[in-house]
Amino acid sequence: MIVLEKRPEPSRLLSMSTPVFAVIVTMIAGGLLFAALGKNPFEAIRTIFWDPLFGEYAFYYRPQLLVKGAPLVLIAIGLSLGFRAGIWNIGAEGQYIMGAICGAAAGLALYPSESVLIFPLMVLAGALGGWIWAMIPALLKVKFGTNEILVSLMLVYVAEQLLASMSLGLLKNPQGFGFPGSRNIAEWEAANSWIAQDYGMHWGVVAAMIAVIMAYVLLNKHILGFNIRLTGEARRAARFAGVNPTRLILFCLGTSGMLAGLAGLFEVAGPSGQVSIDFNVGYGFTAIIVAFLGRLHPVGILLAGLLMALTYIGGDIAESQMGLPASAIQVFQGMLLFFLLALDLLTNYRVKLAMKGTA
Amino acid sequence: MTGTLLSIRGLTKAYPGVVANDSVSFDIQEGEVHALLGENGAGKSTLVKMIYGLVKPDSGTMTWRGGEFAPPEPRAARATGVAMVFQHFSLFDALNVAENVALGMENPPSMRDLAAQIRSVSENYGLPLDPDRIVGDLSAGERQRVEIIRCLLQDPKLLIMDEPTSVLTPQEVEILFKTLNKLKSEGTAILYISHKLEEIRTLCDHATILRLGKNVGTCIPSETTARQMAEMMVGDTLHTPTRSAKEEGAPVLRVNDLSLSSANPFGTRLKNISFTVHAGEILGLGGVAGNGQDELLAALSGEAPTEAETITVNDKPVGHFGPNERRELGILAAPEERLGHAAAPDMSLTENALLTGAIREKLMNNGFVDWNATTKFAERIISAFDVRTPGPTSAARSLSGGNLQKFVIGREVLQNPQVLVVNQPTWGVDAAAAASIRQALLDLAAEGAALVVISQDLDELMEIADHFGALNEGRLSEIRPALGLTIDEIGLMMGGADASEGAAA
Repeated sequence: MIVLEKRPEPSRLLSMSTPVFAVIVTMIAGGLLFAALGKNPFEAIRTIFWDPLFGEYAFYYRPQLLVKGAPLVLIAIGLSLGFRAGIWNIGAEGQYIMGAICGAAAGLALYPSESVLIFPLMVLAGALGGWIWAMIPALLKVKFGTNEILVSLMLVYVAEQLLASMSLGLLKNPQGFGFPGSRNIAEWEAANSWIAQDYGMHWGVVAAMIAVIMAYVLLNKHILGFNIRLTGEARRAARFAGVNPTRLILFCLGTSGMLAGLAGLFEVAGPSGQVSIDFNVGYGFTAIIVAFLGRLHPVGILLAGLLMALTYIGGDIAESQMGLPASAIQVFQGMLLFFLLALDLLTNYRVKLAMKGTA
Repeated sequence: MTGTLLSIRGLTKAYPGVVANDSVSFDIQEGEVHALLGENGAGKSTLVKMIYGLVKPDSGTMTWRGGEFAPPEPRAARATGVAMVFQHFSLFDALNVAENVALGMENPPSMRDLAAQIRSVSENYGLPLDPDRIVGDLSAGERQRVEIIRCLLQDPKLLIMDEPTSVLTPQEVEILFKTLNKLKSEGTAILYISHKLEEIRTLCDHATILRLGKNVGTCIPSETTARQMAEMMVGDTLHTPTRSAKEEGAPVLRVNDLSLSSANPFGTRLKNISFTVHAGEILGLGGVAGNGQDELLAALSGEAPTEAETITVNDKPVGHFGPNERRELGILAAPEERLGHAAAPDMSLTENALLTGAIREKLMNNGFVDWNATTKFAERIISAFDVRTPGPTSAARSLSGGNLQKFVIGREVLQNPQVLVVNQPTWGVDAAAAASIRQALLDLAAEGAALVVISQDLDELMEIADHFGALNEGRLSEIRPALGLTIDEIGLMMGGADASEGAAA
């Protein structure tokens, strides 16, 4: 019989290594899944994990790693603050959309000005858009005790409707021959977020790096970060330590909304280029996996974000070259979180084989 | 009645890192009250859990009336005739008494028959209890009666009671003892676990004393002094705290007509509480658990802020302040629940030192934590209070209860408080550590701090308090000098006798 026994202290070694185990187990289970779909599992795994980095066309895929990784890391950093304190913002996708809409709208209102202030203005508007969208569940929670998980999640669908309406109405390109979607911001010199497009370098990558550093300092050196961790560990102890739960909820949800909004703005002003109906591709949800895969630790999130970006890119390649269905790739990504959470048990418990009858 | 009911031979049970029971042997005779005596962590609970079938021994045997007895689960133990009243009740607040009793039975009869049975058992044994009342409204003593009656309905041969009097007033204890004596006269054996020596001396026929998992001796309690038993329990001569004579200082902490509802739906509302504590004074507040102790601590620590004027310190209104603003003024507190309230279980001792020490120990610069200074503060607590731990990086939950308690109390004492409020300062702490904690509290008062010590241990309060009051259903009794109070007077104060006229309205 297998027995789980609680460890006196969580194992640090396992806490660091379970993400690696989870990736390996996911590769095995994913390989079985691909085999069941009639594809060569080794080729599929190689296509997803190896080809984007070292394959024949890697020069094309490597910049993509930054483009896909930046929004994931930026959003996941924000989410991790709340998750540490037990505040669950599940609606980053909606805040991401609102950041993009508000940022793009602020810029497009001044089109075709070439002022240097255009891009900073868009950044501010994008951050504000995401922040406001996150403040809705935050205020409802502190005023009326609503569940932030449900409210933030439902607001994703509201944001999606708003996005559709904007692409078809207010923000539609007047010179777009009636096609849905806004003007292409990426082609507008003063407003695009690219720094070096050939290398995949845009301001979102810079923002993600800054966010990683700031989050690290906040959590390890600042009393606010300590209070966030304390609230997640022991709510009553946090109250005793003088933490104001209302302020903490507003801060955590606000910050995560702001970062998600920024991610949306950098995306719409660069890689995506325009506000369109299918602008959002699920970064806000995938970032939840990234946050947990990275142990809610800033450096871990950075690595996890790059890994998830890799599965996105590799998944695309596997889809086009091997004909793997897109949903198989999504199952594959989901498995990663599943195995991580399952293996997580081992950091707090050890498995013992108990012989029957030796009582 | 004579003959051996249960014979225990060489029972051993080891957990990772500790041997909870090390070849313990003793016999329980038919119809006797047998005491199991020992400090916290001596292995009493593990031993009775083995008898009750909750834990399997690693080695050793038990015989029941000559036959082999190795219950694989509590159901088997109950079928043999073993019943147990746990220290922590397993009752559902929202259900009534009869429903709670039925939940613990294998084949409950119809509710009407069961209610009748409960009434007859409760009359028979002098345990007044109405089967239709909702358990959430019952006092701790009444809840214990539900548990006892649940056991008696099984007609047990051996009744195990784990620290039954820790939640009772002296008068309730008297009722309980009458019941136990009646059971004994009917031939039921009772295994009585406690560390209260006087109780054991009046009630028990034999006592088995455990220390660090080993049986270190047996005695006949009525022929042994409490001090002898205590020293067998501790394995050392006891150190009694010393207090120096002192004169009363100026009033420091004043509570004026404090009324506050509890954050917890089954909590207790504080009603019109007023008292004053002077510099150098220790006010001891007794009372049965759940009569407003947690709520009073929250009101004084700042976790439950109230109107400004209700609490003043040196004539400055502080009632509206949160915990950190009060800490700035030197008002510190140590709550009862160590893990999860006073300390965060998975955080290191250094982080836990920061938890309340950040402000007074100046461990922050513009919000940035000075981890070096924090580690030093944690190390200072560890050495000053003899906290047994590998070091300040250990997680709080890895410490034993007593060591963590020393850390939690030490953390506040070392911050030089003007006012210190502690709830159950020595709960679950071994006698030596308890004595050193009490000494630290006395020393703090001698230096001029005003202390409020909330405790359910009356001996402790009598030992250190200058004045004594009792909480009953959220009301505070009259405050009286502790010196010269009799146990009867204390019992009446705890029972709310002097506040009962106002309560009728």
